[in-house]
Amino acid sequence: MKRALIWLPLGLFGVLFVVIAAGLMRPADTGVHSTLVDKPLPAFELAPMVPGKPGLASSNFGTGKPRLLNVFASWCIPCVAEAPQLMALKARGVPIDAIAIHDKGPAVAAFLRRNGDPYSAIGDDSRSRVQMSLGSSGVPETFLIDGRGRIVRQYIGDIRADQVDQIVRDMAATR
Amino acid sequence: MIAEAGLVALWFAAMVAGLQLLLGVLALRRKGAVGEQAMAAIGPVAIVQGALVAMAMAALIAVFLNTDLSVELVAENSHSAKPWIYKFAGAWGNHEGSMLLWVTILGAGGALVAWKERTLDRATHVATLAAQGAIALGFYAFLLFASNPFARLNPAPIEGQGLNPLLQDPGLAFHPPTLYAGYVGLSVAFSFAVGALVTGQVGPAFARAMRPWVLGAWVLLTIGITAGSYWAYYELGWGGWWFWDPVENASLMPWLAATALLHSVNVLAARDGLRAWTVMLAVVAFSMSMIGTFLVRSGILTSVHAFAVDPRRGAFILALLGLYIGGALALFGARIGQVRAGRSFAFVSREGGLVVNNLLLSVILGIVLIGTLYPLVAAGFGVRLSVGPPFFHAAAGPIALVLVAVMAVGPTLRWRSDEAEAVLIRMLWPMVAAAGTFALMLTLTGGMGVLSLLGLSFGVGLIVASILPITRRNWRRTPLPIWGMVVAHVGLGVSMIGMACDSAFTAERLVALYPGQATIVGPWRVKLDRIYPNVGPNWSALEARLTATRDGDGETLRPQQRFFTDPPTTTSESAIATRWDGQLYTVLGQQDAATGRWQLRLWWKPFVTLIWLGGALIALGGVLALVGRWLKAWQQRRREALWG
Repeated sequence: MKRALIWLPLGLFGVLFVVIAAGLMRPADTGVHSTLVDKPLPAFELAPMVPGKPGLASSNFGTGKPRLLNVFASWCIPCVAEAPQLMALKARGVPIDAIAIHDKGPAVAAFLRRNGDPYSAIGDDSRSRVQMSLGSSGVPETFLIDGRGRIVRQYIGDIRADQVDQIVRDMAATR
Repeated sequence: MIAEAGLVALWFAAMVAGLQLLLGVLALRRKGAVGEQAMAAIGPVAIVQGALVAMAMAALIAVFLNTDLSVELVAENSHSAKPWIYKFAGAWGNHEGSMLLWVTILGAGGALVAWKERTLDRATHVATLAAQGAIALGFYAFLLFASNPFARLNPAPIEGQGLNPLLQDPGLAFHPPTLYAGYVGLSVAFSFAVGALVTGQVGPAFARAMRPWVLGAWVLLTIGITAGSYWAYYELGWGGWWFWDPVENASLMPWLAATALLHSVNVLAARDGLRAWTVMLAVVAFSMSMIGTFLVRSGILTSVHAFAVDPRRGAFILALLGLYIGGALALFGARIGQVRAGRSFAFVSREGGLVVNNLLLSVILGIVLIGTLYPLVAAGFGVRLSVGPPFFHAAAGPIALVLVAVMAVGPTLRWRSDEAEAVLIRMLWPMVAAAGTFALMLTLTGGMGVLSLLGLSFGVGLIVASILPITRRNWRRTPLPIWGMVVAHVGLGVSMIGMACDSAFTAERLVALYPGQATIVGPWRVKLDRIYPNVGPNWSALEARLTATRDGDGETLRPQQRFFTDPPTTTSESAIATRWDGQLYTVLGQQDAATGRWQLRLWWKPFVTLIWLGGALIALGGVLALVGRWLKAWQQRRREALWG
């Protein structure tokens, strides 16, 4: 008993060493992940952002089919970089809705003219209220909402060309 | 040229440290002339090592003062238009420089042990210096192979990138050296413990030799933590004074271990008890310093203090950690059986009280360690989380309160054994004071948090109890270390009252005002007079003039939004009005784009200053004890010289 106690500190340090070494091996993940993944979409209702396109409410989701919810802004450079991938997703039949944050109607309309318009509906979230309630920390971010209105997945940052196939597969796997 | 000279000095220091280790092994292994010569040489060698590494540090400070931008470290962390004090302090406001500062203080500590330490038996002294050489050698290797502070940049840039403005504060310029000196003082205790394990000489003489180092390190850590907390309070503009940030925890853990060590080393010195435990704590205290430094430097825990996120460096330091801490703990396991058990004692006794104190401190240390590392463990299972105040308060708070109760009783206990009933009678006044405070606060305020209420009551009780040991004594004949204990314990009580008042009575207000408008926070009426621009040596600012008034008392405060261009950063410079009963804390926020109103964050924090006043008292207590020990040793030497 006494002898075991003497070696206990070394054992504890060994555990500590392994924990730290394991922590060191793993690359740091600096993304801010939403705590709402696997939870229902919070309720919201946003006015239309551009003329001729409806606004967005949480009731648009959970109608039996999965949809993408893209958070973007016309002033956001990575959103420009992401636009071709969103257009590609739309071309493959993925329904995409959007929330534009801290933005003005004419600016968004100009953005859509220049970069293409993959969106079925765009909500005006001028003070980022809905963005924050989604647990999103920046633009662009994209959420995958399933047919029951639950947030299934969060894609942080701009969607890259090599992610398009994966997202289509994710959509297919979601009900 | 200066940079190369620094690098050469660093290489030589590393070689001399290797020699120091070698001489130590020779001195202990070889009998006869070789061993004798090695024993005689190791002291001077340690002093030379200290001098060489000090030269390297001086060279680094010189290139920073000259803003020699051909040195990569200077280009990345300094700027020609920076006030000289921050050029000076900028030498350690970065990863490489802070590691060099660390080994410099380590070298200086080793030199001091070689030069001044006389109470230790010779073999243990030599083993101690060899252990210091071994520690230094590893960190030199780390500097030379993984973090060279003198690396050149070709071509040299035209201008440097500047120092993080948050670090451009006079308090912070001297915060790292203070903490490092504390850590390194603990490295000496660690080396003593390793030396004593090698020679098997664990006893009162060993404890008396180690005590001043532990005390000195503990005082410096206390000052460093207190000052760091005040810096975070006024510089970050969040109005909080402790955030349970991994780096704050990294400085708190060695302090907790050093506090436990400080008490157990007294038991060993005075009563020859707690031998194995004291050695263990000496190992743990410095291990915690190294783990703390490692966690900060490796970037595996995200923190505002992280300089370099570089897994290779992390792996290097982790290997050093495994070598030193693992080695010391293995040595402990192998050798402690040969150290005779110390003297025994009854549970209700001064020793018993100190053992309980040690155990409680260790438990708190364990809680802080687990809380700090838990995010890392959770990340291994794919869960991302941060552990914050709710965990630490709930887990450590109640134990801290028990610890305070033991602190109140402990100093009144007799050595070896005491009567439980007599102890209760002695504790009458402190208990009355605590219960009175409790009842008074309950009736006056109605609802305040349980932890704050208990903290306040226990704090008052602790102050009363801490004064008890000197009430029946002749004050002029009371030894200084006793005064030190009283002052330090009172200091903790004062600090606790500050913490409790801050968390229970703080009034907070977030308002948006037009110039000319006023608002109320606590007993103060604060009027926003106007907003105007201001400039400093390397910043420009928007400054608010606030007039704060409270029944005839008034003060003008000038909080700023400060903009630095190198690197481009905005900081909130809070403005604070200090009164005897608290501080009015003001922060200027953004202008609301739509309405043109200015955001102001205002706090009235009753008695918050007691937190740092208490910290200062704790440190002062340590200083008194240290001076008392020195005086006694000096008197003893003089007496021996006279009668000798």
